[in-house]
Amino acid sequence: MRRLMLFLPVVLAVILGAILYNGIGKDPSHLDSALVGRQVPDFHLPLLQQPDKMVGPEQLKGKTVLLNVWATWCPTCEMEYPYLMQLAKQGVYIVGVDYKDDPAKAKQWIEQRGNPYAYVIQDNKGTLGFDLGVYGAPETFLIDPKGIVRYRQVGALDSQAWKNKIKPLIDKIGQGG
Amino acid sequence: MLPEFGHFALILALALALMQVVVPLVGTYTGQSRLMAFARPLAAGQFVFVIFSFLVLMQSFLTDDFSVRYVAENSSALLPWYFKIGAVWGGHEGSLLLWVTILSVWTLAVAIFSRRLPQEFVARVLSVMGMISVGFLLFILLTSNPFTRFLPNSPTHGVDLNPLLQDIGLISHPPMLYMGYVGFSVAFAFAIAALMGGKLDTAWARWSRPWTTVAWAFLSCGIALGSWWAYAELGWGGWWFWDPVENASFMPWLAGTALMHTLAVTEKRGAFKSWTVLLAILTFAMSLVGTFLVRSGVLTSVHAFAASPERGKFILALLGIAVVGSLVLYAFRAPVVRSRATYEGIFSREIMLLLNNVFLLVALLLVLLGTIFPLILEGMNWGKISVGKPFFNIVFPPIVVAVAILLGLGIFSRWKRTETRHITHRIVWPAIGAIVSGVVLCEVYGAFRVWPFIGCAIAIWIVLTTARDLWEKSGHSQGRASGLRRLTRSYWGMVFGHLGLAMVILGVTIVSNYGVAHDVRMGEGDSHMINDLKFVFTGVEHVQGPNYSAEAAIFHVYRDGKPIAVLYPEKRKYTVTGQVMTEAAIDAGLFRDLYVALGEPLEKDVWAVRLQYKPMVRWIWFGAMVMAIGGALAISDRRYRIRSRRTVETDLAGGKEGVSAKPGEVSA
Repeated sequence: MRRLMLFLPVVLAVILGAILYNGIGKDPSHLDSALVGRQVPDFHLPLLQQPDKMVGPEQLKGKTVLLNVWATWCPTCEMEYPYLMQLAKQGVYIVGVDYKDDPAKAKQWIEQRGNPYAYVIQDNKGTLGFDLGVYGAPETFLIDPKGIVRYRQVGALDSQAWKNKIKPLIDKIGQGG
Repeated sequence: MLPEFGHFALILALALALMQVVVPLVGTYTGQSRLMAFARPLAAGQFVFVIFSFLVLMQSFLTDDFSVRYVAENSSALLPWYFKIGAVWGGHEGSLLLWVTILSVWTLAVAIFSRRLPQEFVARVLSVMGMISVGFLLFILLTSNPFTRFLPNSPTHGVDLNPLLQDIGLISHPPMLYMGYVGFSVAFAFAIAALMGGKLDTAWARWSRPWTTVAWAFLSCGIALGSWWAYAELGWGGWWFWDPVENASFMPWLAGTALMHTLAVTEKRGAFKSWTVLLAILTFAMSLVGTFLVRSGVLTSVHAFAASPERGKFILALLGIAVVGSLVLYAFRAPVVRSRATYEGIFSREIMLLLNNVFLLVALLLVLLGTIFPLILEGMNWGKISVGKPFFNIVFPPIVVAVAILLGLGIFSRWKRTETRHITHRIVWPAIGAIVSGVVLCEVYGAFRVWPFIGCAIAIWIVLTTARDLWEKSGHSQGRASGLRRLTRSYWGMVFGHLGLAMVILGVTIVSNYGVAHDVRMGEGDSHMINDLKFVFTGVEHVQGPNYSAEAAIFHVYRDGKPIAVLYPEKRKYTVTGQVMTEAAIDAGLFRDLYVALGEPLEKDVWAVRLQYKPMVRWIWFGAMVMAIGGALAISDRRYRIRSRRTVETDLAGGKEGVSAKPGEVSA
């Protein structure tokens, strides 16, 4: 009987292990859920290349759009850039948001590195970024034709995120999901 | 090329670790001394390769090799060199490499300082440590390789180290903490080796005691450094948050403290053997649980390591193998016969130390529950709630009070049997002194309130009981000075350990109850009063740092018209990440800190400012240092130095001598 009591620690350890196992893989901070499922917030901002043309959220409707928040001061954006170019070549429709940035530098950046964007929204005060809940560049949002945010990627967009998360969602949207 | 060598060295270290597991163990089963003798050289070899790989990573940081992914993600060319060194362990991969490096340091230390132990025992210990090493090396190589390259398109510059981590605290805190965490693996390996050998005698407890104490001292320092870093760097003057990761370091500390005390009983009296072994396993298990909590991403924390489910699963598997494996071994091998030692009366030292263990483990359990509560709730589908600070602040103080009262009583207790009167007539004056000074301290710092009074009183209680015991034990026919000299180092270790605890309790009590924080709006020329201190906002100037630019505000502080301090809190913008950080300015003092942090600029030249007066906050960290000094004194005790000259045979017969210990030879 005393010997059996000695097995109690093992049992407790296994229970604790089960609790811990259950917690794996669930994001504790619910980062991505803030905007997902809601309309893109309202904005009224100029385009980087045509500063006299103002655009709003209606511009993003009618197509599945990848909204990429970037800036020239952000090294991760530089790392991410080649992959965006690659996606653009595959025909993915990407819209840029130049976030808290100097427009002149941003234009120069695009001239030097190529342009993966259909157009770039110039958000140098960071108002759209704020409404989107961006807390650092780069971040990328997937927006469906109805203008509803379907996914949020914090940090660099890479092939893993594209294959596992974004591409499947785009396919689903394409089938009217 | 160099990073590839680092990677390769890790693979070789893994191979050596595997051999270190198998060869000595085969030796013990077949009784071949030749095989057992391989344990030490293998441990040394493993150490060489792990250290090499660690230095290679450091070199990659110092030379800005951004083709290495981990370097690019945690450093930048602008980072000062000392922060580049700190950045080596600033992220998940590197800090794991630090973990393994420190494990290999401990293994080497065991290999070197165990010359007098029986060969079979050492072979088993090093084999168990090899198992831990194999697990973590696999973890690094399979899921978290720090040497992965960004090829062919390597970035031209790095993302920079998180500005929060750019602090002297980051350079010293993790190595210190890991020395503690990982150091408990030695006590664990000793326990497992004893269980394997089926010989759970007092010799085993005597051997693991210094190792446990030294790991505990490191952990105490590490936790204190972490607390100090949070205080200085996070910008709002908090020194403990009950954050999951802080708890992760606190749980092994609680278990380790319990272990230190129960090892004394096992060594001196041969009692509680099974319990002590279980605690040794538990302490290291808590270190592993801590590692899991930090790296699996199951809980939100300020210490955000890049977490992934794969890593979480891997480390949970490691944890499972280590803990379940050793507990099963324990269940089959732990002695069930009652120990031959006898003790009676509730005031015997054995019972006192057992009660100490009970309280410490209740504390541990509460911290564990509070930490994984969100996981339990989610497991039950009850939503996601974290219990946080209020829970801990309600449940923790009563336990501390219980531990402190018990400590004062326990100091006077004797082994085997203590007359109740022996205790009661000694505690009268300390108790009166504690109550009086509690009231006085409360009045000095402000109004009398129940909790601060209790906090101050128990701290003074610990001091007075310790002092009284010291007074009695230092009585000597040739005068007190010679009596004090005759006290053993391990007794002094106990004194320092307990006084350190009293300092921590006092600091925590005073700063939590009588600290003042005001959030005010201030423009140039404005002033604000806190108690009798006048803070004047004199102006703002621009400062250019190596990798940031900042606005620094100037504050002059006056008391009764006399200037006492000038403070320069900063709002920094880090060039590479564009991250904005608050750098608080602190005027540190033995009895009070003045703490000023800049908030947001509200309009032109008007800022939100947080002014704080923090009485005795430093005592928290000094107290921890005093505790660590106590640990250092305890392991420098004469009997460890003498023992190293003795032969193994007398050592094995040891344990008996403790029973007849002189009054001064009580253990810490």
